Amino acid sequence: MTLRTNPHGQGSEGRFVARVLVYPRAEVLDPQGRAIEDALGRIGFDGVRRIRAGKSFEVALEAADEAEANEAVDRMCRRLLANPIVEDYTVEWIPE
Amino acid sequence: MKCGIVVFPGSNCDHDVYHVLSHVLEQETTFLWHQRTSLEGCELIVLPGGFSYGDYLRAGSMAAHSPIMGAVRRHAEAGGRVLGICNGFQMLLETGLLPGAMRRNRDLRFLSVDVHLRVERDDLAWCSRYRRGDVLRMPIAHAEGNYADTEEALDELERRGQVVFRYVDAAGGLDPAANLNGSARAVAGVCNAGGNVLGLMPHPERCAEELLGNRDGLGLLAGAVAAGGGRAGVQAAGG
Repeated sequence: MTLRTNPHGQGSEGRFVARVLVYPRAEVLDPQGRAIEDALGRIGFDGVRRIRAGKSFEVALEAADEAEANEAVDRMCRRLLANPIVEDYTVEWIPE
Repeated sequence: MKCGIVVFPGSNCDHDVYHVLSHVLEQETTFLWHQRTSLEGCELIVLPGGFSYGDYLRAGSMAAHSPIMGAVRRHAEAGGRVLGICNGFQMLLETGLLPGAMRRNRDLRFLSVDVHLRVERDDLAWCSRYRRGDVLRMPIAHAEGNYADTEEALDELERRGQVVFRYVDAAGGLDPAANLNGSARAVAGVCNAGGNVLGLMPHPERCAEELLGNRDGLGLLAGAVAAGGGRAGVQAAGG
């Protein structure tokens, strides 16, 4: 997870917006992604090498600084937003 | 044995379990609303099936953080019995009281059908009414019952003998066609290392009376309230 300094007005007055992307881990079979992959093939989209179906969350939060925002979102991911046994997550910071 | 059935918004098998525990097995049984923080002296805690919180995020993930779950965790860690059925099993995985996680079923369909299970342990109070190798018929009804973990964790699970039930064919043999949801190692139910926490996807409470045409599940709930080990553990004295 990287947090660049104020790329999109992030951090102004302690306000941050994270976009959390959660995907099944690469080694875990993703039945949903597989089904979508098959459907794309059936309707004529050749050459699709892989589909992984995941989830996306926008987390708007207040924090004292970037480090605290990072830490808080990381904890949210580990405790609730993702299940680390079968899912990986990435965090990016977006404009308010 | 005083039994408590935790009720979450979206639980729908709570009354079925209540009926079997209270009326069939004649145990003192009470409902525990998930907002409570006390288990009111209950010795057996049941997390029932259903669709708690509409299965938002991941099945069982929201209920795993309900106020009552702190007390359930302490109960489990002190050796108290906790049984999770279907959605309740998913909650136990999400709380980390049992190892592993659930994915969507292999073919993405909601499966509501009878399956066969093989009893893999009979030294636990839960299974004291069964013998190892017994084949039981029980209904399943779920969309996320495809058990998963890392290969190393699955090996560890097997090594510790924590797989209590496996999906098998009617003759008791392992067969990918009988493992409808695609679970790793055909896992249908697992216990914790201490054996006092059990989770399974099939519904014993739906097959616990002759009137329903099948009472294969009664033994499990009878075992759940059987003496033997008590709070210190559920190691039954012999079969």
